[in-house]
Amino acid sequence: MSYETQLIVVILLPLVVAPVCYVVPSPRVAWLLTLATAMSCFLIAVQLLLAVLDGGGFSYHLGGWAPPVGIEYRLDVFAAFVLLVLTAIFLVCQLYAGSLTGKSGIKEIPLAIAPTFFAATLLCISGLMGIVVTGDVFNLFVFLEIASLATYAMISLGRQRRALTAAFQYLVLGTIGATFFLIGVGLLYAETGTLNMQEMSTLMPELVDRRTTFTGMTFVIIGLALKLAVFPLHLWLPNAYTEAPSVVTALLAGTSTKVAFYALVRMTVSVFGLETIADTPLPLILLIVGALAVIVTSAQAILQVNIKRLLAYSSVAQIGYMVIGVGLLTVEGLTAGFVHLFNHALTKTGLFMAVGIMLLNTVDAKLPSVAGLGRRMPWTSAAVVITAFSLVGIPGTAGFISKWALLDAAMAQEAYFIAGVIVIGSLLACIYLLRLLDVMYFRAPEKVSEHMPDETLTVPFPMITALWVLAIACLWFGLFTEHSLSVAKLAATNIMGVQ
Amino acid sequence: MTDYLILRVTAKFLIPLILLMGLYVQFHGELGPGGGFQAGVIFSAGLILYALVFGLYRLTQSIPVFVLKVLSSLGVLLFAGTGVVTMLLGGEFLNYNLLAENAVTGQHLGIFLVELGVGITVASTMLLIFAVFADQEGHD
Amino acid sequence: MTDFVLQHFNYWVVIFLMMIGMYTVISRGHLLKKVIGLNIFQTSVFILYISIGYIEGGTVPIVAGQVVGNTGDVVYANPLPHVLILTAIVVGVSTTALALALIIRIRDAYGTLEENDILKLDQDSDG
Repeated sequence: MSYETQLIVVILLPLVVAPVCYVVPSPRVAWLLTLATAMSCFLIAVQLLLAVLDGGGFSYHLGGWAPPVGIEYRLDVFAAFVLLVLTAIFLVCQLYAGSLTGKSGIKEIPLAIAPTFFAATLLCISGLMGIVVTGDVFNLFVFLEIASLATYAMISLGRQRRALTAAFQYLVLGTIGATFFLIGVGLLYAETGTLNMQEMSTLMPELVDRRTTFTGMTFVIIGLALKLAVFPLHLWLPNAYTEAPSVVTALLAGTSTKVAFYALVRMTVSVFGLETIADTPLPLILLIVGALAVIVTSAQAILQVNIKRLLAYSSVAQIGYMVIGVGLLTVEGLTAGFVHLFNHALTKTGLFMAVGIMLLNTVDAKLPSVAGLGRRMPWTSAAVVITAFSLVGIPGTAGFISKWALLDAAMAQEAYFIAGVIVIGSLLACIYLLRLLDVMYFRAPEKVSEHMPDETLTVPFPMITALWVLAIACLWFGLFTEHSLSVAKLAATNIMGVQ
Repeated sequence: MTDYLILRVTAKFLIPLILLMGLYVQFHGELGPGGGFQAGVIFSAGLILYALVFGLYRLTQSIPVFVLKVLSSLGVLLFAGTGVVTMLLGGEFLNYNLLAENAVTGQHLGIFLVELGVGITVASTMLLIFAVFADQEGHD
Repeated sequence: MTDFVLQHFNYWVVIFLMMIGMYTVISRGHLLKKVIGLNIFQTSVFILYISIGYIEGGTVPIVAGQVVGNTGDVVYANPLPHVLILTAIVVGVSTTALALALIIRIRDAYGTLEENDILKLDQDSDG
């Protein structure tokens, strides 16, 4: 298969397998199909990244119609990088979800709807990958909605009835975000007369002074910021992450916001163009909301009792770091943002998986319930320690690399305030995660409820494997940085058009 | 509902026309205004009218929910399958030109197949949504 | 000024509908009304797109007889926004269907669709 063909196959494969999964009666078969798809997508993504690193970007013309008339799928280093992250996280999450279909009594997702659930995950990942590879702004909207609709459905599968309201809230806000994006695209189309990203970016510099263009840009950015859950627009995220089944939360934490970040960078940096953006207040706004996100939501995370909610608030803070990286508008800043995207995907997916595993042996996800789990579930807890360290940014873990890179980029710009924010954010992260670790290891288990299972359930093997793959990845990419950092740097220089 | 004579008579008169209209929009789609989505909606509207007047039970008896599920998947697969066939023929995804000897005939055939897939999916999904929602009402 | 207002008549309608939709979503506590507001909001975008595609005195974009190139004298409306909006309508329908499905399940689980009541029920189950 040529690389161009692989580019379309990677999107098409989950899209085709999803309807098959939907009608397959057996959850086991549906899972195996999904796992096989995830595996193939991952392998293709690896090949695509290698191809792009080797010979530069390329594009695929759907239906043989050349752009700007036809829809074009375009792959550059940044897209290939995010594509790899997505498929890797998806693969690990499917491995983790495998126990849903077995007899091990994991009741997160009822077996009867498990095939539908797998179909939804496939649609979701297909939509997300589509956002990454598409070179057409309207196509981006369509993929955004495919992914979002699947996400709303997956969130509503949560065990408690609150999952329904969380899903509904996300649906309302997500739809508003997507519609804002659509309005922006419409206005930009009215000005430029094209939907192709490349052509739009060449036309942008002449049109940037016009009010319609500016309004269109604003709508696009606000819409994507809502999807990304940038600080003041993040209200849907904590509820959605808390109430969704843990496998869904793990998947979303590693993919959904990352892709929204990708879309934001793609639209601002490569479509609108650096010079255009630099003239607007956008970089300043990004820095401010990023800094606020880091401080405010980290502080909010400290106050949480529910572990999933705590981690969800921390996710908003991490998005803040990435946004700061973009706001700096330098190659170093973007590199830091991209590396953080990668590292945080590993870290947070791992943490949410760990919480999901801990939930097997606890009554709920509240902090007191996990007291003493350090002894009862040593392997899971050890993985929690590693991923938590990575989240804080302890040297030797992946999180340290990206925070250091970001700090470096901020110092290079003499943005000492931002540098201070990063340090304070890490300290706050330290507090909320030490609280978690403290309860897990140093508190005697209280008999909170008689429902507490007396015997520790053995954790299904695939689940713990998936968790440890991520934990080891957190260590690996903390110690051997050349791959993640150099690819991110290449992606940043590539997207900024600097050599 | 079955007591309303006027409704039943007019529905019996209208439903075949609506279904015919749906089929017309479907199969005329690549030449004139129309297409799979509109056709699917019109077609399912006819069947939904039938369910409203004569009861959902009689509709789901003739078209079970499981069949609707399979049909909605089949439509998507027909769409994607057309694209895959063009890829196997050596072209890009959904490059209809390769479907026949002549590019214009190929385009006709390709659009016809794709729109058929869309029509099947839309019609069955609409019915599925209606069946699930209307069934909920019954449980209350 | 009047000319400006009148010439952009459809855009005023767009803004009007947009605001109605947004306001309904924000101000109404009833979930069903929120969905209705969302639909109005989306509809305004459909009109925006179709207005963009419209050309004064233009005809329907259907090939009549021979294919008319750029030099031809037939002025037709831009069909692309219509196609785009058809897609957006499909997306809107799907979103609405999903929202309604959620609403049915929320009503089953809570027995109410008022946001405040749901919030209260959630807080009660906490305490």
